Amino acid sequence: MTETQPAPARDDPGRAVPAIELTGVRKAYDAFGETVAAVRGVDLDIAQGEFFSLLGPSGCGKTTTMRMIAGFEEPTAGRVRLHGRDVTGVPANRRDVNMVFQSYALFPHMSVFDNVAFGLRRRGVPKDEIKERVGAMLDIVDLGGRERRRPAALSGGQQQRVALARALVNRPRALLLDEPLGALDLKLRQAMQVELKRIQREVGITFVYVTHDQGEALTMSDRIAVMNEGLIEQLGSPREIYEHPATRFVAGFIGTSNLLGGEVGELAGDRAVISFGPDGRIEVPLRDGTRPAAGERLELTVRPEKICIGPDKPADGLCGVRGTVTEVVYLGTSTNYNVTTSAGDDVVVFLQNATSAEDIAVRGDSVWLSWEPRHSYAIGAAR
Amino acid sequence: MAGGLGRARGRGRFTPYLLVLPSGLWLLAFFAIPMVLMVSLSLQTGNLVDGFRQTFHWQNYTDGLSTYGDKFGRSLWYGLLATVACIVLAYPAAYWIAFRGGRHKSTYLFMLLLPYFVSFVLRTVSWKLVLTDNGPVLGPLRNHGVLPSGFHVLDTGFAVVSGLTYNFLPFMVLPIYVALERIDPRLVEAAHDLYASRVQAFARVVLPLSLPGVFAGVIMTFVPVSADYVNAEVLGGPRNTMIGNVIQSEYFDNSAYPVASALSFVLMAILLLGIFAYARALGTQDVLEAAGR
Repeated sequence: MTETQPAPARDDPGRAVPAIELTGVRKAYDAFGETVAAVRGVDLDIAQGEFFSLLGPSGCGKTTTMRMIAGFEEPTAGRVRLHGRDVTGVPANRRDVNMVFQSYALFPHMSVFDNVAFGLRRRGVPKDEIKERVGAMLDIVDLGGRERRRPAALSGGQQQRVALARALVNRPRALLLDEPLGALDLKLRQAMQVELKRIQREVGITFVYVTHDQGEALTMSDRIAVMNEGLIEQLGSPREIYEHPATRFVAGFIGTSNLLGGEVGELAGDRAVISFGPDGRIEVPLRDGTRPAAGERLELTVRPEKICIGPDKPADGLCGVRGTVTEVVYLGTSTNYNVTTSAGDDVVVFLQNATSAEDIAVRGDSVWLSWEPRHSYAIGAAR
Repeated sequence: MAGGLGRARGRGRFTPYLLVLPSGLWLLAFFAIPMVLMVSLSLQTGNLVDGFRQTFHWQNYTDGLSTYGDKFGRSLWYGLLATVACIVLAYPAAYWIAFRGGRHKSTYLFMLLLPYFVSFVLRTVSWKLVLTDNGPVLGPLRNHGVLPSGFHVLDTGFAVVSGLTYNFLPFMVLPIYVALERIDPRLVEAAHDLYASRVQAFARVVLPLSLPGVFAGVIMTFVPVSADYVNAEVLGGPRNTMIGNVIQSEYFDNSAYPVASALSFVLMAILLLGIFAYARALGTQDVLEAAGR
């Protein structure tokens, strides 16, 4: 298994065909005579060999989106394409994708070997080849020698890996994973995250990973689509999504984010001067497409670990806000400070305990918060 | 503290026996003792007027078996036919309720069981009214020449097997339903995901996982059906009697208690042997193993 990236599709050498392409996909359900929209218009291109995550809270439409790729649900509108082939309306058993279910859905009446061989047998693969491929796949997921066991005789982590092997052994065009680590405890989950990433690199298959756990998504993904209420809020690399959240929802959902309310002063190119309460002005970059008018109220996001805390007014060129410390929480590797700004916003600051043996500030201290302008982004007023 | 714990433990040791005591006494009084009495009775000779004496008269068994061998055969044959018919009728119904019943599963189950709130005998008698030669079904068909005038349903083996099937259907539906209901629908999705067609997903996943229910249903129908006498009595007429009818008439009409007891034990032995053979041949584990291939 030295194969890394699948070769680009031969039928279209000019442009790499996406492994999965969703265009204008919608899904509405009829529930008690009322139409409920689960997915309200999703456009997605997932590249071959990519580790792609659909991230969002429960009910955001991520699982429905995945089930439409798998063929368990048909979209109300829009098209689903796999490697350029329109598969809208094609049943699941004739789609070249396989799924790892949240509860694994292993066949309880079959041995590990028969579970993994199920797909190959349905496709009429010769017996010798089945034996060879199943054995090789069980080695990859570290389950060699457990072929004759029943799923019930395996631990949760082992069942998980059987589910993975059962899907991967078919060499699908894409592997869909529906919160596969949800049932595992924390230690095992973290180990499996690393393991999944290794397996994905080893087999070079496109992974589409559905999760509500931002940590999981950030750890493993090449790209993440953050979903909310049936729409994609933001699509980008983990770094982009974490560092530059596009919307208030994304800023709040991924990690901890501080939101500072301000008023737009003057606009200069792609920068805006925003005034905060009595302490003055901050010049910040604007995200693409954000065009506030002067006088409009908007919000500024700053990640807690980007903020410095100190007794003095920061140097020119840094953003600065005055505040009062309301809480200090010592966490070993870091210390959290809760600060209420003079404008009345609550801000959290994470400081690494790299050198100082003592807290920089105590409850009730008046302090200055400062950060580099590039670490704060203006996002539109609350939606 | 330690003493209190010890006391609690001491009491805990007897709790399981206390729990089983009422049902144990019940079984002893109304099952074990009557069984012993019946075994004893089956080996006696005599008659109602002169009284019965224990003579270890084993001929009661051999005579019973040789005289009524054909009735035993018919009982088992009808039992087999009715059980198979029950499976054929019950499986699709249970399947539909379990997988397509949605929120109304319990309503459908209730509807299925509703006729069985009526007395067993009354239900069978009303079947007789329905199937009688000039009844609401056959009468018009015969009058319009659809059926030949000699055609009749009552007093045939077909009527008996139909009645048995109808009367014991719930005992097949319920265990199959329970087994199907427990199957995670995602297993079916997983089978489809792994390229199985609808038929293959059913044959490889749903059917094997529901077999324990069918197994239970077969035992719950075959045993009472083979021993039944009401259906043969009401719907079958004199030419289609089952062993249950023989036992009933020997006991109540002829007061031949030892013979009736002996016949009962022969029937019980046959059914027990049959079930053991069935369980050995179709042990659930082996069935599932085979289906996995």
